[in-house]
Amino acid sequence: MTETKTPVLKVTDLGIDFGGLTAVNDLSMNVYENEICGLIGPNGAGKTTVFNMLTKVYQPSRGTIELCGKSTEKMSTIEVNRAGIARTFQNIRLFMNMSVLDNVKTGLHNDISYGTIESILRLPRFAKQEKEADAKAMELLKIFGLDEKADVIAGNLPYGEQRRLEIARALATDPKLLLLDEPAAGMNPQETDELMKTIRFVRDHFKIAILLIEHDMKLVMGICERITVLNFGMMLAQGTPAEIQSDPEVIKAYLGE
Amino acid sequence: MKGLLNWLFGAKRRSRTISFMIVIVSYIVLSLMIASGSLSRLMISLLVPVCAYIVAALGLNLNVGISGELNLGQAGFMSIGAFTAVILSGIFSANGMNPVLILLICIIAGAVMASVIGWLISVPVLKLQGDYLAIVTLAFGQIIMSLVNNLYVGFDANGLHFAFVTNTLELAEGGKMLISGPMGATGVSTASTFTAGFILVLCALFVVYNLIDSRSGRAIMAARDNRIAAESVGISVSRTKTLAFVISSCLAGAAGALYALNYSSFVATKFEFNDSILLLVYVVLGGLSNMSGTIISTALLVILPEMLRFLQFYRMLIYAVVLIVIMLVSNNEWLKVKAEQLKKKLTGKRKGVQQS
Repeated sequence: MTETKTPVLKVTDLGIDFGGLTAVNDLSMNVYENEICGLIGPNGAGKTTVFNMLTKVYQPSRGTIELCGKSTEKMSTIEVNRAGIARTFQNIRLFMNMSVLDNVKTGLHNDISYGTIESILRLPRFAKQEKEADAKAMELLKIFGLDEKADVIAGNLPYGEQRRLEIARALATDPKLLLLDEPAAGMNPQETDELMKTIRFVRDHFKIAILLIEHDMKLVMGICERITVLNFGMMLAQGTPAEIQSDPEVIKAYLGE
Repeated sequence: MKGLLNWLFGAKRRSRTISFMIVIVSYIVLSLMIASGSLSRLMISLLVPVCAYIVAALGLNLNVGISGELNLGQAGFMSIGAFTAVILSGIFSANGMNPVLILLICIIAGAVMASVIGWLISVPVLKLQGDYLAIVTLAFGQIIMSLVNNLYVGFDANGLHFAFVTNTLELAEGGKMLISGPMGATGVSTASTFTAGFILVLCALFVVYNLIDSRSGRAIMAARDNRIAAESVGISVSRTKTLAFVISSCLAGAAGALYALNYSSFVATKFEFNDSILLLVYVVLGGLSNMSGTIISTALLVILPEMLRFLQFYRMLIYAVVLIVIMLVSNNEWLKVKAEQLKKKLTGKRKGVQQS
């Protein structure tokens, strides 16, 4: 059934070498519109490296990445974001000395079109667009339950809220595909349940595709429609949660023989 | 009334309001003191330099505090603004132009010139980070000083004449040397006034605060806090760093022009490495990203050494010790926690007052 939809992300034979070390090889996967996909694998399997290639922090050595049918080969990290991929980071990367609201408004950077001179002279376009940005940012913060902490400095938020703020900031860039790198890391079971609901809501509300890396199997099996398993940089299996859970290769990789 | 107070002292505008108030109140008080004759000549002579250093330090704080890049060449940009102003004022005053107009043109020209050169330098320089950037900006300041120190500029009926290293200018009758190499600028017709300095400080505050609280300002701070994350949300880090650097040099250029037109003669070594360091001391002592702090510390540190002349041999020594102490103290976790608690107590009380 998914075959009839257009892929938002189409990865073909992707690979990268660091010196003599092949970190990822022959990875092919598709993410379709409105889909939540998982990327799992033991530690060091190359999951975050895949994210870094998708966002062009690393330039892949082989293979192609297509976003809505357009190759990202020549794009920089900035252009990839403008083309529609937003991400969060495994080790949280917020703008720690800025307020929660300003973090999200920074995500709206390319949504705002007034120039530096206009902002220094406070021309009418500045006031109008700032007001719109404030409204958009507050709406996003509300979704993540952070609207009451809009003026708090991001670095002073508790860990779980920092993770949610990072997702809000990524969403502010109006992506077609959202990459979440271990969104539930460090969260307790209640927070994880809350997060699962939020991720589903985000998918339905913004009509975007989501690809996530996660070690929490309850979350992965609970919300992902399709899962790709990496091991030592190679694709081990691909399928629905039920298929993955019963795949002997996957069980071997995770539990050993 | 209450609405206005909330607008002025709300979380977003509080520091802006306080900075503007400090400047405006000091201006009124000092003007009254001048009028009543209770200000010494020495103090009056320091007013314009204080304003100039405040503007340059505000620019440097934009670069060091907001953008997070160490710049040790701010005095070089002041020098560019200053000597641009000297040349232009030489031309215009020969034509008998109104001094206020000359000052205005010179400040704008100094700012533009420093911005253009700042932009040219930023292209290769901002590819570097941290210590390397600091070293290059330091070298740049020295280069500017050496260049100006060997520059001869004269003006006569045939226009401007330039010479380098040796004075080969043969000016026509009635011609005037504007810059004579190591002798510096001579015969400058002074046009700077305390009021002009005050207005320039207000303009600098206006530019800096409006920039910080805007799309570009957020991008600059985001690039400082986390380069990788800034790029991940589509911000061009190199472009934002350049913007901060150029605006910082623009303010230094304007400050240099104001400073230059306050003296009938001064030498290029007036803007040397030590002055770049001094500006950095003002910024660090006032607090990174803290504009009102920069204003107060600059004013104090320009005026105090004049009051404490007997210590002048130890001035740089004292500054060095102060810098080291500040760095140690501001990185002390225990003190940070205590300061946080104190801040909470104070703001908590203030909230209570507002509610009642």
